[in-house]
Amino acid sequence: MLAYLLRRVVATIPVMAVVALFVFSLLYIAPGDPAAIIAGDQASPADVERIRAGLGLDRPFLVRFGEWLWHVLNGDLGTSIFTNLPVAQLIGQRLEPTISLMVLTLILSVGIAVPMGVVAAWNHGTWIDRFIMIFAVFGFSVPVFVVGYLLAYVFALQLEWFPVQGYTPLARGLGPWLSNLVLPAVALGGVYIALIARITRATMLEVLGQDYIRTAKAKGVGSRSILFLHALKNAAVPIVTVIGLGVALLIGGAVVTESVFAIPGLGRLVVDAILRRDYPVIQGVVLLFSFTYVLVNLGVDLLYSLFDPRIRL
Amino acid sequence: MQRRDFLATGTAAAGALAMPRVARAQDSRVLRFVPQANLSSLDAIAGTQYVVRNASLLVWDTLYGVDSKLDPKPQMAEGHEVSADFKDWTFRLRPGLTFHDGAPVLARDVVASLNRWMVRDTMGQRIKATLDAMEAVDDRTVRLRLNKPFPKMLFALGKNNAPVAEIMPERIAKTDPFQLITEYVGSGPMRFKKDEWVPGSRAVFERFADYQPRPEPGEWLSGGKRMNFDRIEWLILPDDATKAAALQNGEVDWWENPIPDLVPLLRGNRNISLDIADPLGNVGSFRINHLHPPFNDVRVRRAVMMALSQEDYMRAVVGDDEALWKPLPSFFTPGTPVYTEEGGDLLKGPRRYDEAKRLLAEAGYKGEKIVLCVATDVQITKAQGDVTADLLKKIGMNVDYQALDWGTVGARRAKKDPPSQGGWNIFHTWHAGADCINPAPYTAFDAGGDKAWFGWPKSDAVQAGIAAWYDAPDLAAEKAAMAAVNRAAMDFVTYLPTGFFLQYQAWRKNVTGVVKAPFPVFWGVQKT
Repeated sequence: MLAYLLRRVVATIPVMAVVALFVFSLLYIAPGDPAAIIAGDQASPADVERIRAGLGLDRPFLVRFGEWLWHVLNGDLGTSIFTNLPVAQLIGQRLEPTISLMVLTLILSVGIAVPMGVVAAWNHGTWIDRFIMIFAVFGFSVPVFVVGYLLAYVFALQLEWFPVQGYTPLARGLGPWLSNLVLPAVALGGVYIALIARITRATMLEVLGQDYIRTAKAKGVGSRSILFLHALKNAAVPIVTVIGLGVALLIGGAVVTESVFAIPGLGRLVVDAILRRDYPVIQGVVLLFSFTYVLVNLGVDLLYSLFDPRIRL
Repeated sequence: MQRRDFLATGTAAAGALAMPRVARAQDSRVLRFVPQANLSSLDAIAGTQYVVRNASLLVWDTLYGVDSKLDPKPQMAEGHEVSADFKDWTFRLRPGLTFHDGAPVLARDVVASLNRWMVRDTMGQRIKATLDAMEAVDDRTVRLRLNKPFPKMLFALGKNNAPVAEIMPERIAKTDPFQLITEYVGSGPMRFKKDEWVPGSRAVFERFADYQPRPEPGEWLSGGKRMNFDRIEWLILPDDATKAAALQNGEVDWWENPIPDLVPLLRGNRNISLDIADPLGNVGSFRINHLHPPFNDVRVRRAVMMALSQEDYMRAVVGDDEALWKPLPSFFTPGTPVYTEEGGDLLKGPRRYDEAKRLLAEAGYKGEKIVLCVATDVQITKAQGDVTADLLKKIGMNVDYQALDWGTVGARRAKKDPPSQGGWNIFHTWHAGADCINPAPYTAFDAGGDKAWFGWPKSDAVQAGIAAWYDAPDLAAEKAAMAAVNRAAMDFVTYLPTGFFLQYQAWRKNVTGVVKAPFPVFWGVQKT
């Protein structure tokens, strides 16, 4: 197990290196100029050129990439072109809101979607099944920002139950923290709930049709035990896979949700950085996202062996 | 747990979460403000973005400051002496001025700050070009000796256009003017809380207790900048609908620039006030590249000008609100002391499409592709770009509409290559009316060829007109120079003004003292 873990962790290094090279190359060839944005609209072309030179943006690709890579290997993600603040500090400021949003969304989604999928499968072909699947189609079809606006309109503007925007750190209390996150988590969770519910239903239907379930029923085992102790555990591997894959979906959705609810998270940080061509920030955040994704996949692989002892690591 | 216990617990939890009107801006000593854009720096010398300038005006002070009539009044300066030939200028600082770090403001800080400013500012560059010496005579006295008269010195030192001549400590002012400063220490009414700064989300300013306001009432950059807040929080909200909702909900107090689409919604809310933000407004710009065909031929530029309908542009930019726009047969800001429409006839009256087509044919235009770079992520440029595509097609031009983001347009416009090789023919932007009051702060008006703004127009007549304005010793001479230079630029078609437009600002009704100005004026504002 330990050897497997070490092997997987070491394997992330070439993955991260490829990601780093790829992102750096893309940004290098992408149009846009941070110097022009810093200089402002009224600056002369000569001023823009001087600022570009000052930022070192006129140097060759290999020089810039080599320098950046060397710093990254030394644990330094660089400095934001615009704010002159270390990228690590900027990421640090944004980490908690994004993790909070994603964790709450994940808890909410799994907590709602898995029982929904199980119930739909158990009541296959009935109105309950159809109702749940209609909800799933709705969750897939309606964009996150539309759900976000609707929720904000009803629960923040009309009912005044929740704030429209912002984020309160967990250190200031669970209540304020949750009050800022409930609406964004529900908005972001819609797609995720739909996805997990559909996969759970499909997998459960397959498992519920197997011989051992029939045997359990014949032995008089109760429905609840059959569903949650016998069937769900065996259906868990595909569900866990989808949950893991869905983290990428969450990262993408978080960008939109953070904008709609003005949550100062990593999604907004990277979007702002892309719009302004703040290269060190983009590179730092993408590296972090990639690393997170690799770690999530590793976690999913580890969970496989937990749910299915036949899978050896 | 029984079902009813579960429901009871759930309801109680929901009640605790649903704290009514959470995080309202109830504290009257805290102002929550939504600026026009993300604040990514505070250096208004290295970067000339308006949002940076606006924030910097809270932190730094100036020797002089313009009032609402654009008259420069003493601010940090106690006063000045000037020789009869406008060559020798002596300024004396007010006593007791201190920086936020407790150090006194000294003449050498002023010298270093003006040196940095002169490198980046167009008026500053003119001063620098004629500067024999600038020295700190004593701790409170600064002397400038020029070899040419510069009657507009006080305006240069007190103008609100970026870069503003802000005074910072000598050690900070010695930073290369093309590199951003990292220490934000000023002597203005508010101190920047760098420890609370979350770029892209929040910037916080705290009242500077040792600030010495002037005794006069505050007016724009002049007079006493008395702050009624201990804390001003700038909240950067990326989404306009969220900004509107936050203002309606009372989570923010003041929104600098609501978009026209949301104005009716805000107008319908009895807790919200709306008014024009900046009386000097904005000038829409159809920027053309003078280096390459067909726009290197003045006949082609004139053909487009005679077909251009400013009403079409302005309705696309601000909608149907008649109060928000007016035609602009001029390059300059209407309503200002030296405004002129001299030479603007081509922009007046019915549009002359047939005549434009004839002129294009006479100029030898044969359907070459016109590269129109449109920043589609900025509503004002997108709206103008769409109208331009339609206009050019109407007069028989072959438009290559390139939908880009502003970051890309910003880089693309600096390319002098032919349009077919990655260059451009047209892009759109707009200029703050405050920058267009006269030729001094008006970078886009310059027609100095290689040294001019993007598009690189070259006209000796325009340049001579600008020089004449600088040399004008009084208002009458200034007006005559303005008329001449406007005519020259219209004849030459430096660029095409697409109209004059205004924008709203919105604030909660418990906030009072909000004034119209080219930048948000926080001094004098109160909250109950």
